[in-house]
Amino acid sequence: MFELLGIPPQALFGQVLLGLINGSFYAVLSLGLAVIFGLLNIINFAHGALYMMGAFVSWMLLTYFGIPFWFALVLSPLIVGSIGMVIERTMLRPLHELDHLYSLLLTFGLTLVITGIFQNYYGVSGKPYPIPDILSGGINLGFMYLPKYRAFIIVMSILVCFSTWFLIEKTRLGAYLRAATENPEMVSAFGINVPLLVTLTYGFGVALAAFAGVLAAPVYSVNPVMGNDLIIVVFAVIVIGGMGSIMGAIIGGFSLGLVEGLTKVFYPEASTTIIFIIMALVLLFKPSGIFGREA
Amino acid sequence: MKHTSYNLQAKPPAAGEQDTLLNVCDLQGWYGESHVLHNCNLTVRKGEVVTLLGRNGAGKTTTLKAIMGLLKARTGSIHFDGTELINKQAREIARLGIGYVPDSRGIFGSLSVMENLLLPPKIADGGFELPAIYELFPNLKERLDSYGNKLSGGEQQMLSIARILRTGARFILMDEPTEGLAPVIIQQIGHTVRRLKSSGYTILLVEQNFHFARKLADRHYIVQEGRVVDEFHNNEVEANLEKIQGYLGI
Repeated sequence: MFELLGIPPQALFGQVLLGLINGSFYAVLSLGLAVIFGLLNIINFAHGALYMMGAFVSWMLLTYFGIPFWFALVLSPLIVGSIGMVIERTMLRPLHELDHLYSLLLTFGLTLVITGIFQNYYGVSGKPYPIPDILSGGINLGFMYLPKYRAFIIVMSILVCFSTWFLIEKTRLGAYLRAATENPEMVSAFGINVPLLVTLTYGFGVALAAFAGVLAAPVYSVNPVMGNDLIIVVFAVIVIGGMGSIMGAIIGGFSLGLVEGLTKVFYPEASTTIIFIIMALVLLFKPSGIFGREA
Repeated sequence: MKHTSYNLQAKPPAAGEQDTLLNVCDLQGWYGESHVLHNCNLTVRKGEVVTLLGRNGAGKTTTLKAIMGLLKARTGSIHFDGTELINKQAREIARLGIGYVPDSRGIFGSLSVMENLLLPPKIADGGFELPAIYELFPNLKERLDSYGNKLSGGEQQMLSIARILRTGARFILMDEPTEGLAPVIIQQIGHTVRRLKSSGYTILLVEQNFHFARKLADRHYIVQEGRVVDEFHNNEVEANLEKIQGYLGI
């Protein structure tokens, strides 16, 4: 079998696959953050905790009610998205007129509270969540072994990301959202219920985080702190892609996951910092992000 | 300068005044701590074009915003076609059939012309269909895929009016539609307002361009320091020209 720059193909493609999987989570999570920030100007620091809740809700549905993965894939985002809408309606809305910093602080506090509650009841050790039977096992591609569930994560993430892009960029509802971002007063003068639009948008962004959580449950152990480290990287991804840019979040998420994976092959020491180095460079040369609009 | 409040009608329309579409009584409004509207009174009858004239900062735009529900701190009474608006939100007011064309034009730069056109939902039957809009504003048809922020000021103004005509709203609040536009575009806007009037639309127009306003309007209100201080029928303008020019500082 061929080697590339002295790297065995199994190792190379294994890391590429791992990078794409991480990139899938980065993309779906940063997409949710971009939707929320781009349309509502809320820096949703609770995104990692809501991702964790998505995973936990799917685990609870299976453990307490016997509801399998496929139903959890729909139910968990709906449940956590609804919780998100309650958060927006009761806590974030009163802060809407104030500086972004207030919503950032509130969502940071929420992260601590949500994580604390789950730690109190479930501890910090991970809860196992089985891969659905139909997706267990893998396919030997010759140059690498492709686990079916990993491939499923990548395909589902791509589907969800581009469906969301289509919804926002190409539909009437998306036009309302984009218009409400620019000038909410004008949109309400057309007879459109902007506060409801804001609540639904926040709920949708949170549902995306929960969806990523359900996808992650069978891969990572379901535990209360699973979103903590991830959220920092995801924030770096949206800064690189451009705060609030939908396409920036999608392309940035996948490509940075890939870059991270390749760095693990070629220069492992830098693999945990490469995204932050790229972020620093982007901030230096294009502060609005690669896909962001100049202010 | 001391003003007497021009009290046109401090009560809801009586039986004989059933053609009154909008009746604003003792309207007061605030921007934060600043008291900006002081007992503003005016009426608009069905099918009329009425202008609010006044100098910069007189409170004309604020009056429109208060009627539209975009000025939240307001008291008094705004009666529209049998419904009290003072406690209603902008979205509810729009649903009653009031269209708003703001002075900033309110075009969404990140949306295409077509998206801007289709954005306001239809609130009543009888609105302009797209072919009728293209006939009225041929420029828009050629720029359907352009983004709002790529349009000229005139095109933005046409789009701002066109998208309201689609909704079926029959009462239109128009805020300085000629501001900063070339004479040929002003002429086109004037033609549009005349056509709307002949089709039975009712228009409350804020205008600084007095020469434009007097060609179109049935009546004129003079606004000074947040209150209506005088009213002229269009046929009284010639006789009161000096007085009006004094009010407007022209």
